[in-house]
Amino acid sequence: MYPIILLSVLGVVTLFLGFSKSKNILLPSTLLFLIVALASNFLDWNQGPLLYFYDMLRVDNLTLSFNAIVLLSAFMIVAISGGFQDNADSEPAEYYGLMLFSLVGAIMMIGFEHLIMLFIGVEILSVAMYVLTGSNKRNLRSNEAALKYFLMGAFATGFMLFGITLLYGATGSFGLAQIQGYASNIPAGTQPYLLYAGLLLLLIGMLFKVSAAPFHFWTPDVYEGAPTIFTTFMSTIVKTAGFAALFRLLSHSFTGIYSFWWLVIAVIAVLTLLVGNIGATSQNSFKRMLAYSGISHAGYLLIALTSLSKPSANAIIFYSLAYSLSTICAFGVLMLVSKEKTVEGQPNERYEAFNGLAKNNPLLAFILTVSMLSLAGIPLTAGFWGKFFVFTSAAERGIIWLTVIAVLMSTVGIYYYFRVIISSYLKEGDLIKIRVAPFYQVILLLATFLTILFGLAPGIFEALI
Amino acid sequence: MLTLLLILLPIAAGVITLLSGSGIAKQVALIGGLAALGLAVTVWLQFDPAAGTQFGFKYAWLASGGISFAGGIDGISLVLVLLTTFLTPLIILSAFKHDYNNSPTFYSLILFMEAALIGVFTATDAFLFYLFFEAALIPVYFLAAVWGGENRLKVTFKFFIYTIFGSLFMMVALVYLYYQTPGTHTSEITALYNLQLSAQAQGFIFWAFFIAFAIKMPLFPFHTWQPDTYTESPTPATMLLSGIMLKMGVYGLIRFLLPVVPQGMETWGLMAMILSVIGIIYGSIIAIQQSDMKRLIAYSSFAHVGLMAAGVFSTSVNGLQGALIQMLAHGINVIGLFFIVDIIYSRTKTRYLDQLGGITQTTPHLSVYFMILLLGSVALPLTNGFVGEFLLLSSVFQYDGWLGAIAGLTIILGSVYMLRLFQKSMFGPRSKWVEGFQDLTASERAVLLPLVIMVFWIGIYPNTFLKLTEPAVNQLLQLVTN
Repeated sequence: MYPIILLSVLGVVTLFLGFSKSKNILLPSTLLFLIVALASNFLDWNQGPLLYFYDMLRVDNLTLSFNAIVLLSAFMIVAISGGFQDNADSEPAEYYGLMLFSLVGAIMMIGFEHLIMLFIGVEILSVAMYVLTGSNKRNLRSNEAALKYFLMGAFATGFMLFGITLLYGATGSFGLAQIQGYASNIPAGTQPYLLYAGLLLLLIGMLFKVSAAPFHFWTPDVYEGAPTIFTTFMSTIVKTAGFAALFRLLSHSFTGIYSFWWLVIAVIAVLTLLVGNIGATSQNSFKRMLAYSGISHAGYLLIALTSLSKPSANAIIFYSLAYSLSTICAFGVLMLVSKEKTVEGQPNERYEAFNGLAKNNPLLAFILTVSMLSLAGIPLTAGFWGKFFVFTSAAERGIIWLTVIAVLMSTVGIYYYFRVIISSYLKEGDLIKIRVAPFYQVILLLATFLTILFGLAPGIFEALI
Repeated sequence: MLTLLLILLPIAAGVITLLSGSGIAKQVALIGGLAALGLAVTVWLQFDPAAGTQFGFKYAWLASGGISFAGGIDGISLVLVLLTTFLTPLIILSAFKHDYNNSPTFYSLILFMEAALIGVFTATDAFLFYLFFEAALIPVYFLAAVWGGENRLKVTFKFFIYTIFGSLFMMVALVYLYYQTPGTHTSEITALYNLQLSAQAQGFIFWAFFIAFAIKMPLFPFHTWQPDTYTESPTPATMLLSGIMLKMGVYGLIRFLLPVVPQGMETWGLMAMILSVIGIIYGSIIAIQQSDMKRLIAYSSFAHVGLMAAGVFSTSVNGLQGALIQMLAHGINVIGLFFIVDIIYSRTKTRYLDQLGGITQTTPHLSVYFMILLLGSVALPLTNGFVGEFLLLSSVFQYDGWLGAIAGLTIILGSVYMLRLFQKSMFGPRSKWVEGFQDLTASERAVLLPLVIMVFWIGIYPNTFLKLTEPAVNQLLQLVTN
């Protein structure tokens, strides 16, 4: 609860800071605000499940952990944004303000106990993201991306709202506990079609937000068109919050009708894995590949949702964290490298841009390699344990066939992740030494370090929860 | 504790090598490799074959599950650890005459590889085993992809994806087995031995493991990555791949496939056996056709590993003992042969048999070493290959007479391709490529001499090693028959 209040207030403060002449104060103050929010998040640690705002928001260690991942990711992303100095058109105060506001939405999605809270959270997060996607005003692709995202997103929101309405009609309540009460006491022999329809529509809306197939069509275009820093934000924070919300929804309200929805999610997981992994292999742009890789990771996370077994919560948290850390590194390196050369006036985001990276920038190449290995799920990185927990969650439920498909798909994943490693180590290129701000480097190294640390000793993280 | 030290020492040596200057990197790496060898010998001297798994360590790794960071050494592990630590310094030494650019990274990768291999051979937790099994791939991938030949990118990529693909199936199998363990689950390997699995489950797990290990070894028909990768890799990486890494596959068969799914073994063992025997013959016939020396040895290695697998699938004392002793022998021979090819290549700039000839005329030392290693490889009595092949073939005969007869052809075919190799390169009229061919230098002899000593040691008194593994093998077979 504290982060919600703090971030709302501090977001407004950030907007006002934008009036000051010195633009340099914005970056450090936003970082400070995020640290304050992160610290306040832990005030409720180990206080047991608490309900706030008239039982509309739940706080327990699980939601606090998700909050921490989201806030940590946001901290890292803001830290590598560099104050948006290089673009004369940019409005840093507004961007930072919107980022802080969107985090409020994310935290609401993570801890909602009431469907209205979920809806408000999704909307706060999404509207902020629509604006940030289009923030590169003079760039046609950025505008196109924003429009696409907005139109498709609005449509998905409609589905979601319709679903919530039907659920209300079926159960007479928006509260998760009441819905759970209804869904687990369905008399034998009756089929609550209204409940089913409501759940399905709500799921469509949510699956759109986490870019699961077949609701993924916006993802590559939007990820590619948006300024890279906001793509990072989208692919980490929106996804983490979205999956936290889905997990909360399914595990707190609909365990009673598990037999109805598990196959739906399972099929969508398979579809998402196929689309994401096979789509990623045919990309020439690294950024677009990361968009498809984001889709494929949604597929793995959906497996944890499908099985909804004891290790699922762990799997989703660990996977989100590993994925966020690696994605931030990947986009962080991309931002540096793509600036070096331009293609038709645009930053070069193709694979070729990385050719010969290791020669003059061994550190960046190392950071990129670790992040790719982690995304590919190679042992000794956090990504491996993420996949491991996902697979164990499916095995616990006894859904082995899903695991086998996921395994096949992660082999495909190695193909496209290794293309970047090969480019940077094994291909000739003429990249000169890229100047990296020390702070930027520290953040990327921190993410890399955490990736390896969690890869070696996943138990550390387990002790935290 | 010693086991943990055995894994950590090469890692530490690797880090030191990485930080040292390119001038002294190879010396530092060699000292690191020798230190690991010294430690392994210490373990050997203290080892008691009858006492089962020893020198264990165990730390909780994932608190909630019974997944621990645990290792220990029994007879089977010990033999392979000795092989690894014995060969690694020689591999490092064999690379001395080349100037690999960025040598600290190069040598540190070899040492990291050694650590991962020792980890594979000593892990007593299934997931730790898996972790090292995969981790071993990364250093050797970079060794091959960065310092390899012209086609390296495509070839190593295929190799990497192929092997990862296989081991992921093993992971699914392990996760499944883990959830079959009673109570709070555990992934200790010994706990997996006691599982009561249905016949159907055993069948699936059999194939999951089989694919993982068969790709790694490789067995027919999963071998297509192997000749290209061996040929394109720099010689030290080829040595690591053929000398030690393929043993991971055979070791996996012994450690997992036999005792965990004995019933699956009974149902599908014949099929696996047939695939292995096909590999023996197929590999030998292709080896006879080869003109590139490196490729020829690659195919010979493919044929030999087929025989080892056949021995394991026979599920008999002879078969397992033979496979273990043959792993030692094969590691020693194949590394020696690859080194000799490397010597010839670095002096003549060619590996093609039709361009070579008449090297013996100026090189008495090289010829003798080459001949001894070659005879070891074709299993002449009193050399190391004989013991292993004899045990293996007798086990295959016991399993099935016809299969034994077909597998026995390996002795004839092996002599054909190996002697052809020697004859075409060393004898005959002196070709223009070999002009000014110098005999072995001191450092080259320093690599070959220990190998040749081992050829005779294992050939004349194999009991040194058979004795180490016998109790462990018997124990394992008892599990299978129960």
